[in-house]
Amino acid sequence: MQPRWSFPLTRFRVLVLPLACMRAMPSIAQGALTTPSILAPASTPAHQIYTLSQFVLVITGAIFVVVAGLLAFIIIKFHARKGDAEHEPAQVYGSTQVELAWTVIPVLIVVVLFLTTARIIFAIQDAPKPQSAVDVTVIGHQFWWEFRYPKLGIVTANELHVPVSTPMMPRPAFLQLLSADVDHSFWVPQLGGKTDLIPNHPNAMWIDPQSTGLYVGQCAQFCGVEHAKMLLRVYVDTPDQFAAWVKAQQQPGTQPDVTNAAAAAGRHVFETQACVNCHTISGTAAKGVFGPDLTHLMSRATIAAGAAGNTPDNLRSWIQDPNTFKPGALMPAMQLNDVETNEVVAYLATLR
Amino acid sequence: MADQTFPIPGTPDASLSRGAALLEQLHSWVVTVDHKKLGILYIVYAIVFLLVAGVEALAIRIQLAIPHNHFLSPELYNEFFTMHGTTMVFLVGMTFIFGFGNYLVPLMIGARDMAFPRLNAFSFWMTAFGGLLLYFSFVGGFGLYGMGAAPDVSWWAYAPLTAKAFSPGHNTDYWALSLIVTGFGTLGAAINTLATAFSMRCRGMTLLRMPLFVWLMVVTSGLTLIVITPLTAAQVMLIIDRYLGGHFFDTQAGGSATVWMHFFWIFGHPEVYVLILPAFGIASEVIPVFSRKAIFGYPAMVAASVGIAFVSLSVWAHHMFTIGMTSVGNAFFALSTMMVGIPTGIKIFNWVATMWGGKIRFATPMLFCTAFVFQFLLAGLTGIMLAVAPWNWQLHNSYFVIAHFHYTLTGSFVFCIFAGIYYWYPKITGRMLSEKLGKWHFWLFFLGFHITFDTMHFLGIIGMPRSIYTYEPDRGWNTLNMIVSAGGFLQGIAVLIFAWNLFDSYFNGSIAGNDPWDAWTLEWSTPSPPPDYNFAEDPVVRSRRPLWDLKHPNDPDWKYEP
Repeated sequence: MQPRWSFPLTRFRVLVLPLACMRAMPSIAQGALTTPSILAPASTPAHQIYTLSQFVLVITGAIFVVVAGLLAFIIIKFHARKGDAEHEPAQVYGSTQVELAWTVIPVLIVVVLFLTTARIIFAIQDAPKPQSAVDVTVIGHQFWWEFRYPKLGIVTANELHVPVSTPMMPRPAFLQLLSADVDHSFWVPQLGGKTDLIPNHPNAMWIDPQSTGLYVGQCAQFCGVEHAKMLLRVYVDTPDQFAAWVKAQQQPGTQPDVTNAAAAAGRHVFETQACVNCHTISGTAAKGVFGPDLTHLMSRATIAAGAAGNTPDNLRSWIQDPNTFKPGALMPAMQLNDVETNEVVAYLATLR
Repeated sequence: MADQTFPIPGTPDASLSRGAALLEQLHSWVVTVDHKKLGILYIVYAIVFLLVAGVEALAIRIQLAIPHNHFLSPELYNEFFTMHGTTMVFLVGMTFIFGFGNYLVPLMIGARDMAFPRLNAFSFWMTAFGGLLLYFSFVGGFGLYGMGAAPDVSWWAYAPLTAKAFSPGHNTDYWALSLIVTGFGTLGAAINTLATAFSMRCRGMTLLRMPLFVWLMVVTSGLTLIVITPLTAAQVMLIIDRYLGGHFFDTQAGGSATVWMHFFWIFGHPEVYVLILPAFGIASEVIPVFSRKAIFGYPAMVAASVGIAFVSLSVWAHHMFTIGMTSVGNAFFALSTMMVGIPTGIKIFNWVATMWGGKIRFATPMLFCTAFVFQFLLAGLTGIMLAVAPWNWQLHNSYFVIAHFHYTLTGSFVFCIFAGIYYWYPKITGRMLSEKLGKWHFWLFFLGFHITFDTMHFLGIIGMPRSIYTYEPDRGWNTLNMIVSAGGFLQGIAVLIFAWNLFDSYFNGSIAGNDPWDAWTLEWSTPSPPPDYNFAEDPVVRSRRPLWDLKHPNDPDWKYEP
């Protein structure tokens, strides 16, 4: 999607020096990082907010300089000196003209700020949805994210894949936001502002990331004990990568090779234990919807809503006791013996 | 001779043993209906909970100093941040303002007590027991099952997290019930303050001659009456949902999560003004006295206060820009919120104009008030930023918001409360607080405040959300969090110095006399501490500064006031 609106205020950018420093600072301090800074926008709504914020900063900064400067001047000029105690200063009770002046000027500032704000509210919130948009239904759960692509027939979790959107080929992602339990909030700062996921109250937002890569964020509305580890990863793919990802996700779950006895045994364990009550693996007896869909688990870089890397060791620890990574996670410790655990991990490792 | 009694030497007091005398003394505090004693009880109670909630804040900051820390479990962290917020607002903020109001309103308007002394005592004890009920949750949450459980649903307690399905146990019940109890106490105190200010003023004290502190207590009390009501109603609905099968907020049965938000914030936003308006009142008393000038634009200050109260009732949904309101709704609340900036701006300009041309004495109360003006300016400006709805979509629920409201509640409210305590402690106890310790307190607190809360703004801008018990090490938040925590401890040290100063000066402070600051309102005409009856003779006033008139008979205020 083309930015429908551009703000002719980029020249103020030099005045916002502290912000520029902020943008550079974390990377200087700690090397390679994924900082979800709102000062590094990568999508139209985030850009529009960023530009608007610079304009507001310039106005509020000017007010600050004037009033704080006045206060500093008064502190220096009018502090009591020796001998002052003998006489009281001249008593001034007020002045209608002065009061009027410092009422009218703020009113004018409010008018300007409001009109600018309203323009951006409508530009972002009421943007029309183009034909080429990708639809995603985002469902918040305690404490993970479910992503459904209704038109593509894909169900996945915690890692959202969207195609890059360029002026030549705009492909914004329109997200429908639902909740399965309590309030959550979808926030990936570089891609846009946050919108809450509220049960019984469907919401919507859109993003159109303009460069590929990984963007991180997390739940921004307190949702219970593991709110802190309800992390979000958004992968912005090239059109080819996205098409390939869609194709892979649309496949039914892989069946373990006959030569892989451990995985076959793992599938049996998985299907005969409580796992199936909460998880789905398409093509098997597992059809639960309470937990993340595991059909293509190995296509994801993390488990536990981003709390741990997707490695066999982490999977093993997670199955033995999810509290290792997320104390309070709703998945119970599965009470499998070591052999069974290893078999299940071997099975999960085949779910590409 | 049978009907005659013989005097026996000695008084009843002398016959009491030391223990019995102490008991008598304690008893007098429990049964008192004297507005001064109740005011002191309120303030001491607030200081105790200030320390408690401060310790909770420091525990939170230890936990967040480094990523993936294990100092607090997630469960305990959630309890601590919920209790920190709830305590600071309901048990520290509200009790400080009604403590100051109780002590000062009758003295400032030349009355001998509040309008309803028994209601006054009732209000205090409701508030006090509400607080105890809240803290009993730490030991009593699960009753017979052992360990207690404090509320852990955050202080805004959004539905449906508070429903039985998601909050089993009694954590949420303690939260809801204790706020109902303290809420009734607060309503009583508000009614009492209004009745006192409207019907107990001494002769000559017209409404437009009331000290600004009294005016602001009036405005705050009116606002309290309006906004505590929906809070209490919401708590009752929540309890009905939890125990009587109601579905007000039960989204799984067609209830509405957003209705809770509206109920909570129609209380929650004006609540900020309920707290900050009396703080404005304190600043409006302290700044003129230490600048040696009358307050600039008294009528404008009164009008601005009333204006803030009215506008504050129409801004609540700016806490809800991210819940998916319509674009028109978002625009409306952006505008109404920005409009708050106009009357608050007027107040800042009037304080600055009061200092202009004065001979400013920077004693400790004035240091705190000057810092308040500076910090409140910044709090207002970040408030404007948050009112810009699209920017709010980014900043909402981030550490930027935490920084903003701590600028108002710590940088403005608490700074004014400290100013008020340094200013009126001599009146209340008869002794001065140590200026030396006061200066240490001020500078350490000021420094710690800015290290902590200035830094928090930047954490929010680089994407750190609130209410998280830990964070990922690769987010670039590590250094800033360490700085924030360090500043927190500096503030902790400053508050300890303050507490020691309060204690030590009570016994060793220099004697204050009636009017140590050369001030102008009626309370300074009484002895320190004032006698039970406050004024031996009913005072009569002719202007806003009766003691100025007394001290400057050739140049009294009533010649100039309109």
